[in-house]
Amino acid sequence: MTGPATIFDKPNRYIGQPSPRADASRLLQGRGQFVDDIVLPRMLHAAFVRSPHAHATILSIDVEDARAMPGVIAIYTGADLAEHVTPYVGVLTHLTGLRSAPQYPLAIDVARWQGEPIVIVIAASRALAEDAAELVLVDFEELPAIVDTEMALDADTPVIHSEFDSNLAWERDVVAGDIDAAFADPDVQVVERKFVFGRHTGVTLETRGTVCNYDPAEDQLTVHYSGQAPHMMQFIFAKHLDLSEENVRVISNDVGGSFGIKIHTYGDEIATAVAAKLLKRPVKFIADRFESFVTDIHARDHIVEARMGVKKDGTIVGIDFDDLTGIGPFSMYPRTSAIECNQVLNLTGAPYALENYRAKGRVVFQNKTLMCQYRAVGHPIAMAICDGLVEDAARAIGMDPVGMRLRNLMSDDSYPRASATGMKLDDLSHHKALNKLTDIMNYEGLRADQATNRKNGIYRGIGFVSMIEVTNPSPMFYGIGGAPIASQDGATVRLDASGALHVSSSITEQGQGTNAILAQIAAGVFGVNLDRVKVTTGDTATTPYGGGTWASRGAGIGGEAMLQAAQALKDQVLDVAAVMLQSSVDKLDIQNGAITDLDGTLRLPLADLARTVYYRGNELPSDLNPELIATRHYRVTDFPFVFTNGAMAAHVEVDTATGFVKVLHFWAVEDCGRVINPMLVDEQIRGGVVQGIGGALYEECHYSPEGQMLNATMADYMVPMAAEMPDITIAHIETPTKTSVLGAKGAGEAGTGGAPAAILNAVNDALSPMGASIWQMPMTPERILNALDQS
Amino acid sequence: MSRTIDITLTVNGESVAATVPSRINLVDFLRNTLQLTGSHVGCEHGVCGACTLTVNGETVRGCLMLAVQADGADVQTVEGLADSGRSAALQAAFTRRNALQCGFCTPGMLASAIGYIDAGGAPDRKAIREHISGNYCRCTGYQSIVDAICDLIEEARA
Repeated sequence: MTGPATIFDKPNRYIGQPSPRADASRLLQGRGQFVDDIVLPRMLHAAFVRSPHAHATILSIDVEDARAMPGVIAIYTGADLAEHVTPYVGVLTHLTGLRSAPQYPLAIDVARWQGEPIVIVIAASRALAEDAAELVLVDFEELPAIVDTEMALDADTPVIHSEFDSNLAWERDVVAGDIDAAFADPDVQVVERKFVFGRHTGVTLETRGTVCNYDPAEDQLTVHYSGQAPHMMQFIFAKHLDLSEENVRVISNDVGGSFGIKIHTYGDEIATAVAAKLLKRPVKFIADRFESFVTDIHARDHIVEARMGVKKDGTIVGIDFDDLTGIGPFSMYPRTSAIECNQVLNLTGAPYALENYRAKGRVVFQNKTLMCQYRAVGHPIAMAICDGLVEDAARAIGMDPVGMRLRNLMSDDSYPRASATGMKLDDLSHHKALNKLTDIMNYEGLRADQATNRKNGIYRGIGFVSMIEVTNPSPMFYGIGGAPIASQDGATVRLDASGALHVSSSITEQGQGTNAILAQIAAGVFGVNLDRVKVTTGDTATTPYGGGTWASRGAGIGGEAMLQAAQALKDQVLDVAAVMLQSSVDKLDIQNGAITDLDGTLRLPLADLARTVYYRGNELPSDLNPELIATRHYRVTDFPFVFTNGAMAAHVEVDTATGFVKVLHFWAVEDCGRVINPMLVDEQIRGGVVQGIGGALYEECHYSPEGQMLNATMADYMVPMAAEMPDITIAHIETPTKTSVLGAKGAGEAGTGGAPAAILNAVNDALSPMGASIWQMPMTPERILNALDQS
Repeated sequence: MSRTIDITLTVNGESVAATVPSRINLVDFLRNTLQLTGSHVGCEHGVCGACTLTVNGETVRGCLMLAVQADGADVQTVEGLADSGRSAALQAAFTRRNALQCGFCTPGMLASAIGYIDAGGAPDRKAIREHISGNYCRCTGYQSIVDAICDLIEEARA
C-alpha cells in the first residue's frame, strides 16, 4: 500500500486536525432540513388516539363523530391496519431464550402501556387531526397494571402476555472461576450494595417524526426518517408493508438528536407509512412532547444486588451480582430489549484482572413504556456496579481509590487478552489513562482542598471511574442473531470533472460530525483541499449499503471504508496520470488537488486529468480504461467489538442541609485510538458526560402505582441545563486499534457510560465523613437527605 | 376553532399580511405559513427554548405567543439574522468552537445569545450559563456554547 503508510503525515493531512464542520453554517443560518420542515404536495397530517391506561382491554372504538369533523380524510383502528401490515417480534436468536409477543403498530384488543397508539386520524392539518382525535370514543376495561419491576415475576402477579407462563422475557447466567470459594477466604472482605438505576429517556430536542409518501404508479414508498439506520428501516418497511426492498427509499436529512432513541420500530411511524400507502398521499406525523415522553424508548431501569471481595492489600478477588431490569410490555423490534442487560453481564468488571465472576441477569415485562438501547447501552450500569464497589471496598480497607485501581486494572502491556466474561480485549491503556487523569486534575491538590473544606463543614467529594466502551461492533452484535442490521459500511468516492471529490457513505449524521470526518479522511488520503469534498449520507437510494451511526461505530467502521475508497481512487487516478505524464505510479503523488512528483512539484492539476478522461478520451490510449470512482466496504473481522478505555473523575460538593449536589468540575481521559478530529471528539465526550450527569443526578421517568407517567412534560422531567453543568477537561491517550489502517475506535458514548459512576463515587466520597452513602440514581436531594438520615 | 383574524407584521424586514386562525401560535405561523422553518418546536409549552425569537427587540418564546399578538410587531428569525449579517460573527464563533451538534437548539440559542450580547452582557461564564439556561441543548453539554459567546464578547471588547 502506497498511501496508508503516509496518510497521517502528508501535505493534505486532515486526519488529526480540529477542522470546523462544513455543515455548521447551514444549521446556524436556519437552513437545516429536519423532518418537520418537509412539505410535500397534497400532504396530510396524522394524530393518534393513545391509551390513557397502562393496561386495559379495548372493548369498542367509535370513530363516527370524529369522522364527521372538518378536514378529516381517514381514520384507522388497529384492526383496520392489521390487514395491511404484518406484526413484528423483537427477538434475536443469539440471545437464547428471549421471548416477546407479536406487536402491531396500533393496539387491537389490549393496550399494554400508557401512550400505546390505538387509532390514527388523518386530516388536512395536525390541528384538525387532533380536534377529531378528541372525539374518538374508546371503551376500555382496565386490567391490573404490572408496574413494579421487583413484583413482575411474583407467582401471584398477572401475566401480561397470556401465551407465556410468566413475565420473564429473558435470563442469562455468566460464571467464571469460583466466586463462593473466593469470598469464603478469611483474608477476603466482601462489600455488598443494592443499586437502583431509575428509568430515564433521551429527550431528543427534535421529537420523533416521519413524512411518508407512497407512489402507486411505481409501488414506491419514500420515508423521510429522523434516525440513525436508514437501511435497517428500509428492510422493516418493505417486510411489514409487503413492498420490495428496492421500492422503499429511506432518507435522513438533519436529525435533531437521536442518542439511540430514533433507531427502533415505533408503531406510530409504521402506522403513518401504512396510511400513506392506503391513501396514496404523503402523510406527516410529528410527535408532540407528551407523545415523546410516553412512547420514545426509555432507558436503564435496573435493580442490582452486587458484591465484591477484596484482600487487605486491595486485590479484587471477584464480583457477584444479580441484575433485574424492566423493559415494558414488549421487547423492542428489531434490536430487542435484552441487549442492555447482556451488556451489563458482559462488561461489568472488564477493566480489571478478575478471576472469579458470577452474574445473573433477568429481563421482565411490565406495563410501562418500552425500554431499549439508549446511548452507552448497559455501560452506565456496568461501570457504576463495578467502580461503585471498587471505591466502597477501598473505603472499607482504608485504601486510596486510585491506588486500588492501579493494583487491579489490567496492565497496559498485557494485551491481547480476555476479560473474566470472555470479552476479547486489545490495544487498551487503563494505567496510562488513569495516571494522566490524576496528573491533569491535580489529584493531590484536590485531596488537600477536600481536607481543608471538611474542617469548615463543606463536603466535597472526588470520584473516579475506569471504564471500557464497546465500539466498532462486528456482526456478532446483531447480524448473527438474525437482525436486518448491517455490521459493515460502504463508502464511495468519485472525482468530478472539476477536480472535486463527491463522497457518499452509509454511516449517518446526527450532529456528531460524521460528514465532516468523512471529508477529512477523503481529502487527506486522496490529496485535495477539504473544501473540495462534497458529502452525501442518509439516503438508501444514493449511498452504499451499511449499518449507519450507532454503537460508536461510524468513525471506526465507516471511516475505514472511506479511507480504503479514497486510497483506491488515488491508485486509479495515478494509473491514468502515469500514462498521461509518461511516468510511473511510484514516482507520482496527489497533493493539494494536483498530480505531483513525490517531492510535491506540480505536474498536472486534477481538473485537467479529469477533463481529459471525461471529455477527450480520444487523447488516451485505447487500452486505458480509467475509473474515477471507487467503492470500498469494511467490517471488523478479528474481534466481536473493538473496545476503548477511559478514566474519568468528578469533583462535587454536597450541601448536607439541602441534599443538593453541585458538580464543580469533570475530567475525562479517553483512548479512542486514532483521533480523526480532536475538536469533534472532545465535544462528543463533553455532551456524553453531561447526559451521564443527567442520569446520575436529575433524569427520571416517575410512574404512579397505576402505571401513569407522572412527569411527562419538559417542565417536570429534569435534564441538565447550562447553569448546573461544570466545565469538562478532556485529554487523550491514542492507542490505535490494529483492526484497521485508520486505527480509530468509537468515542460517542464513553461520557455517558462513565460519568454516572464517577458522580456516584464523588457523592459517596463527599458523604463518607457522615458515614452515609447512596446507591440509587438519580441522586436527588431527597434521596441524599434520606441517606444522611440513615447514617 | 374556525375563527380567523387579519394581521400585518414585519418579519425579517419584510411586511407580511395574513389571515390566521386565532389559535395558531407565532412559531407555527412562521414555520407553516411563511415557511420560515429555521425556528424549531421542541415542547410547545415554553420550556425548551428551541423556538426563541426576537419580537420588537425582546427575546420571546414563539410557542407562547399567538400569531395575532404579533400584529404590528417586528419579528426577527434566525433566517433574518443570517441574511442581514447580524449573526455573522456569532455564527463564526459557534463554528470555531463547534458549539452545535444536531443544530436543533441552535436558532433559539443564537436568539438568546444575541439577547445577552445586546444587553451588554459580560464575558462571564457563570452569567452566560445562567442566561442560556432557558435553552435546552442535549448534544453539546453547553461548554462550547459558553465558550463561543464568551469569545465573541471578548473579541468585541479587544
